[in-house]
Amino acid sequence: MNAAAHANVVTAAGVTAWLRAFAAEVATRRDELTALDAAIGDADHGVNMDRGMKAVAGKLQDFADDEAPATLGPVLKAAGMTLVSTVGGAAGPLYGTLFLEMGKAAADRTTLAAAEWAGVVSAGVAGVQMRGKAEPDDKTMVDALLPAAEALRAAAGSGASLVEALSAAADAAEAGMRATTPLVARKGRASYLGERSAGHQDPGATSSWLLFETAAQTLADPT
Amino acid sequence: MKKLINRPEDVVREELAGIALAHAGRLVVHIDPHWIARADAPVAGKVALVSGGGSGHEPLHGGFVGPGMLDAACPGEVFTSPTPDQMLAATRAVDGGAGSLHIVKNYTGDVMNFEMAADLARDEGLTVEQVVIDDDVAVKDSLYTAGRRGVGATVLAEKICGAAAEQGRPLADVAGLCRTVNEYSRSMGVALTSCTTPMAGKPTFDLPSDEMEVGVGIHGEPGRERRPLAAAREIVEALAEAVVTDLPYGSGDRVLAFVNGMGGTPLMELYIVYGELHRLLHARGITIARNLVGSYVTSLDMAGCSITLLRLDDELTRLWDAPVDTPGLRWGA
Repeated sequence: MNAAAHANVVTAAGVTAWLRAFAAEVATRRDELTALDAAIGDADHGVNMDRGMKAVAGKLQDFADDEAPATLGPVLKAAGMTLVSTVGGAAGPLYGTLFLEMGKAAADRTTLAAAEWAGVVSAGVAGVQMRGKAEPDDKTMVDALLPAAEALRAAAGSGASLVEALSAAADAAEAGMRATTPLVARKGRASYLGERSAGHQDPGATSSWLLFETAAQTLADPT
Repeated sequence: MKKLINRPEDVVREELAGIALAHAGRLVVHIDPHWIARADAPVAGKVALVSGGGSGHEPLHGGFVGPGMLDAACPGEVFTSPTPDQMLAATRAVDGGAGSLHIVKNYTGDVMNFEMAADLARDEGLTVEQVVIDDDVAVKDSLYTAGRRGVGATVLAEKICGAAAEQGRPLADVAGLCRTVNEYSRSMGVALTSCTTPMAGKPTFDLPSDEMEVGVGIHGEPGRERRPLAAAREIVEALAEAVVTDLPYGSGDRVLAFVNGMGGTPLMELYIVYGELHRLLHARGITIARNLVGSYVTSLDMAGCSITLLRLDDELTRLWDAPVDTPGLRWGA
């Protein structure tokens, strides 16, 4: 079904590769994310996410230097705690909670099949919604995260391989991100703009798309 | 960008280093995580007051740490909320056994980070209450937005609650007073120029030299409307009208009137604003029983001001008058 080169389970090595790729992508697109935020927020999303993901990459290096944990929970929780303590703003608690809740759900598992991984992602997204109290169409990261989590679950449930399911999730995240452009913001700093927030793509939804885009590229191909 | 800085990424750390040296013996400055505490903390048996927020609003909050006001303040990056590990460490450091009150300005990031901090502190067995300040009337349609922003009333709440805590009042009372101050305070601001954050290096928003942003937020968030620049009298009328009619404040009320500079406006102009405000309130039968004029909640180098009114009763007045000894506010001490 899938090419032999792809792993069909998520491992700690896969998560590590994913987080590193996300850190690199955020660094590359730092100014782009900040420019999106300047239009409807406070012009710091790229800078804050870059600072946080650089810290996560450093934390992963500490793991690599010691004995890399084989279980998924500790890697995800370490990423979450690092983001919470380095990003600040709204993105820190939201992305931090995403990874902390994923870490709780993954716990001491060493491998997760696509459907199980979809459950872990859904737990993380539910955490983001609990923390930020955003509903779909509020023009937030939830507009990319929620469709991605649902696409992941649907694809995995219909027997898709891990790499196919991740790809479907990335596509759904991208569509969700693009759909934020016409919306009027109802949460976060952009909401102060009212109608003037329409016509701008949400920066949080954009970084959330990058998260799923890098997952599709790396999670099944950790090497 | 012309700023007295070395490197944009070092401004907060270098500012804290300066604060530590300038106020040695009165303040303790902890780096990584960043927090500022009064030197004699924890004060046994006293409710501890902890606040915090993005940097760039000085003297808020670090300048209000000291006897009669805050026990600790947590500075974030410029215009970025501090992180939960900062609030947790500060709360641990200043808890005197009577619990802690976190005073939080209503911004999405601040509220979420403080909520996470409270969760972590309670997990450790610490007693924490939080009050969110949201006095900025410029934000309309609060149901469809993140709600009103916390601005000038934060200083008044920190001073009044600080006095109550110093008198040994229990946590529930101090938190209740904080809610009262928030309930009876209203604010609105105006920007004549944008601010420039060190990292961005250019103005946060474009404001032509002949226009002003009425209802601006303290991070340069847009206000209610952009208008042609006007005389001080007309500007104060617009701000006062919005503030007075919102609570509303009426004839016979005694208020604390707070004219706040945004960082780039001279004190001379703030006194002109105060004079206009005094005249307007007097005409409405509102008595200014106490006042505060100066730059206390700034927005980096933004030119402009905000007006805050707090309806006073005897208790709030006594607590306002009580001694305070901080770098930013000092009397009776």
